[in-house]
Amino acid sequence: MTSKDYDEPWHETVVRVLRANGVDLVTYIPDNVLRDLIQALHDDPYFTVICPAREEEAVAIVAGAYMAGRRGVVLMQTSGFATLPNALASMIVPFQIPLVMVISERGVLGEFQLGQAIVCRTMRPVLETLGIEHRAIEERSHVEFVVNGMIQQAFATQSPAAIILSPLLTKRQH
Amino acid sequence: MSTISNFSRDEARIMNRSDLTRRLVAKLKSEEAVVGGIGHTNWDLWASGQRPQNFYMLGSMGLAAPIALGVAVAQPHRKVFALEGDGSILMQLGAFGTIATVAPKNLCVVIWDNGAYHITGAQQTLTATTVDLVAIARASGLKASEWAADEDHFEALVDAALSEDGPQLIAARVDHHKPAGTTDRDPGKIRLNFMRGLSGADGKERT
Repeated sequence: MTSKDYDEPWHETVVRVLRANGVDLVTYIPDNVLRDLIQALHDDPYFTVICPAREEEAVAIVAGAYMAGRRGVVLMQTSGFATLPNALASMIVPFQIPLVMVISERGVLGEFQLGQAIVCRTMRPVLETLGIEHRAIEERSHVEFVVNGMIQQAFATQSPAAIILSPLLTKRQH
Repeated sequence: MSTISNFSRDEARIMNRSDLTRRLVAKLKSEEAVVGGIGHTNWDLWASGQRPQNFYMLGSMGLAAPIALGVAVAQPHRKVFALEGDGSILMQLGAFGTIATVAPKNLCVVIWDNGAYHITGAQQTLTATTVDLVAIARASGLKASEWAADEDHFEALVDAALSEDGPQLIAARVDHHKPAGTTDRDPGKIRLNFMRGLSGADGKERT
């Protein structure tokens, strides 16, 4: 860990990498862990930011935009991801849409709601069953490389990707 | 807009989805995008002629309108239509509020309301009993939401959607006749055809 890593909070690195990859449409269902990232995106006129009622909508908006030539990303929490298997299995995967999801991981490492802990356990099995590339970021120093690599691979291979933000990144003192 | 006339669902004539789909498509002269929802909505869109600017949603109910919203946001100079059945849109009513909030001038949602899950055996939907989708759309902020009173009124509403700023919503009561065709079931081909169809006219560079 170098001092450079401390200068830029993780969410600012994510914003910078999104811009560098031409991802300028963001849909999200909010989560406390994502609050600073969401605020930064709202504050930056480069991004069109949409907060719909449901994660399925957020996914479908970005899918439609991709087909019309615009790159987007969807932000959500683990419990929001749990509402998505039908939309992923029947739209994103078979239509080969490079949907990039950023999922804040709730339900591990200090969770206080049993339901959140249980729903979190469904996330990786669903991602693996659907063959969706996924990776959890645990280290501050990995944010730029992983987010950049996941976005580039998604669009290069027309495949969805799930970038999981572990509490080791978002809750731990760096 | 001159076409607002506030017909109620009860006053709306029961029309035919295949016929209305053909009437809608016949008016599309500027490579407008059309996103068809799952089931008979799609089948009639397919049967109306496989325009390159048509997208046929095969899998999930209720996502035609959000997909169309994404297309509309990405290509603000192209008019975009979403076609969805009552059973499907009942699963995603929040989409009305999302569209009203984003307020894309180039989006029109068309609802075919036959009061039934026709494809699974014509079980009643909630619109057959108490739900008025135009009332929900208006209350969600989609002020330009109308029941089409008859075929002529439907055409007038489509004309208005093509010439005036949206978002608009047109709801039509339709009968239980079978659709005029069946959609191709190759998702990759559907997506590629649609993407090619959208790469002209509005021409935002594809990344």
